[in-house]
Amino acid sequence: MTRYQQFDIAQLLEGIPQAAMLLDLSCRIVAANRQLAALTGHVEVVGLHGELVLRSNIGNHRGQLYQRVLDSGESLTVNGDMINAARQRLPIRTTITVVKTRTGKTAGLLVIVEDRSTAGAAESIDLLPSTTPELIGYSPKMQVVFQLIPLLAQTDASVMITGETGTGKDKVAEMIHRKSARAPFPFIKVNCGALPPGLLESELFGHVKGAFTGASRNKPGVFELAHQGTLFLTEIGDMPLPLQVKLLSVLDDREFVPVGGEQKIEVDVRIIAATHRPLREKMQHATFREDLFYRLHVLHLHLPPLREREEDVRYLLDHFLDKSSRALGRPLSGFTPEAMQLLLDYPYPGNIRELQNIVEYTVNICRKKRIPVDALPPYLFEPIPPPPAREEMKSPRVEGESTGETAAGAWSAGESWGEIERQMVVDSLKAQHGNRTKTAAALGWGRMKLWRKMKQYGLI
Amino acid sequence: MHKLLIPLQGDFVAQRFDLAAEAVVALLANGRLDGPPRTIILERPSAEELCQLIVRSEIAEVVCGGIDELHYNFLTWKKVRVIDAVIGGWRAALEKAVAGTLRSGQILPAEPGLKL
Repeated sequence: MTRYQQFDIAQLLEGIPQAAMLLDLSCRIVAANRQLAALTGHVEVVGLHGELVLRSNIGNHRGQLYQRVLDSGESLTVNGDMINAARQRLPIRTTITVVKTRTGKTAGLLVIVEDRSTAGAAESIDLLPSTTPELIGYSPKMQVVFQLIPLLAQTDASVMITGETGTGKDKVAEMIHRKSARAPFPFIKVNCGALPPGLLESELFGHVKGAFTGASRNKPGVFELAHQGTLFLTEIGDMPLPLQVKLLSVLDDREFVPVGGEQKIEVDVRIIAATHRPLREKMQHATFREDLFYRLHVLHLHLPPLREREEDVRYLLDHFLDKSSRALGRPLSGFTPEAMQLLLDYPYPGNIRELQNIVEYTVNICRKKRIPVDALPPYLFEPIPPPPAREEMKSPRVEGESTGETAAGAWSAGESWGEIERQMVVDSLKAQHGNRTKTAAALGWGRMKLWRKMKQYGLI
Repeated sequence: MHKLLIPLQGDFVAQRFDLAAEAVVALLANGRLDGPPRTIILERPSAEELCQLIVRSEIAEVVCGGIDELHYNFLTWKKVRVIDAVIGGWRAALEKAVAGTLRSGQILPAEPGLKL
C-alpha cells in the first residue's frame, strides 16, 4: 500500500459525507473517516477486516462481496442493515468500489456506507416545505417559524431555540440541520440536563484511555463525532458553569482537548442550542455565563406555546388521532362534538406533547367508534392549578424527566397512557419487592409480557 | 463452574450474534478453563434460536460481536452476562474473558494467520 502513502488518505475520506473506509487487497482497513466511527461506534479500526467493523447483513459473509468487486472490478451497491456498538440495528446502503493505481492495477476497495434510518424523514421534509409530518402548524405564528427555518438553515451561525416544554424545539433543530449544507453530516443531540457534570464533559469532549477509573479505551466525544455536522445542545440552561467555560472556548477556537488528553482536536461543528429556562434571569443570578449566552444567541427562534396557536389544535388532534389509531390498529372516526369542544377549550400547559399524550390515552381507553367525553383523561375536568407559565419557567422540570412522585391513579397533566402504565409496573414491582414472577401475577400478566413492558419503559 | 459461549465466524468472534452459524462453548472452573472448548454447529443463523440455546444450556456468559438491544436485554434479563461489540480472534477473546479482562467494545490486537 506504499502508493497510498503519497496522499493523506484519512483526510481525503473526511471529505466524503457518508461513512467511508479504504480497504487493502486483503480487505483490511487502511483508513476510515469519523463518520464511520460515529456509525459503528469503533474508532481505532485500522488493520481490521472491514466486515468485522461494519457488522452488516449485506451478504458479505467472509468478505465475499468485497472479493467479488475485487475480482470483477465493478462497483456494487447493496441495501441491508448493520448493528453498531450501541446495539442499534440501522438500515444501510453500502457501495463498494474498486480502487486502482495510475497503472490500472487493483490496489484496494473504497466502501461507502449510507445510514438510511433518517432518509424517509428527510425526503418528506423536502416535499412539504411549510408543514411537515413532524411539525404541523397553520397559525400565523407557526407560518413565521416555517419561513424562518430555511433562512436559519442557510447560515452557519449558532441558533438559540426557546419555547416552553413540548413545543417542538427538537424537531425544529433537526429541520434546520436537514435543510442546511451540513445535512449529509451527523446531527447529534445531547441533553445537557440529563447527565452529571463529569459524564457530560466526557460525552461532549470524549476521553482518553486511563483518564479516570473505568476509562478503559479512548472514547470520542460528540463534538468530534459531529464534525462537519450539527450539534444540538438541548437544555443548555442546565449546563454546569465549569463546562460552560469549556464550551465557550470550543466555540471560539474550534478546537478542544479530550478529558485526560494532551493533543488538541480541531472540529468544524455548528451549534444549535435550546432551552425552556429564562437564560437572562439565570445570567442575573450568575448561573449562566453572559459571554456564552451572546455566543449562542446569534440567531434566535422562539416557538409559540399551543395556547397562542389555537387554530392548530384541531389539526393536531386529527393528526395524532390518525397516528395513534393506526399504531394500535383501532379505526376511530373522530371525537364527539362535546369531546372536541372540551379539547379545543383546554389550555394545554404541556403543549403538543400533552395533546399527543391525551389523544394516545383516549385511543387506548375508548371502545367506541367516536371518542366521547368520558374517554378523555379525568384530569381535564379538574380546575387548572393557578401557577401560570411564568412560574414554570422559574422552576421547570427537565423535559422527559420523571419526578417519581406520581402515585398510581393520581394522574397529572401531560401523563400519557404509557406513563400511567409505567407507574403501575413500578408500583407493583415495589410492592412485590422486585420479585418479577409475583409482579407479573399481580398485574395479571405473564412473565414475558412483564419483561416486554419493563423493556419498553426502560426499567431494565 | 459456569459455561461461556462465543458465536464464531471462522477464527473470529462472529461480527453479528444473529448471523453466526457456529459457536464455541467453554467450561470455566475457578477462573480457569475446565477442558478444551467444544464447537457446536447451529442449525441455522438465528438470534432467537441462539438465545434459546443459551438459556437451555444454562450458559452464564456470552462473548459476541454486534447484538441488537432486544436480544441483549433478553439475555441480561435471563441473568446471562453479555460482553458484546468485541472484535478479534475468538481464542484471544476467550483468554481475556477467562482472565476477567475482556470488556464490551474491546478490539483485540490483530493476530497473524487468522481466517474469517
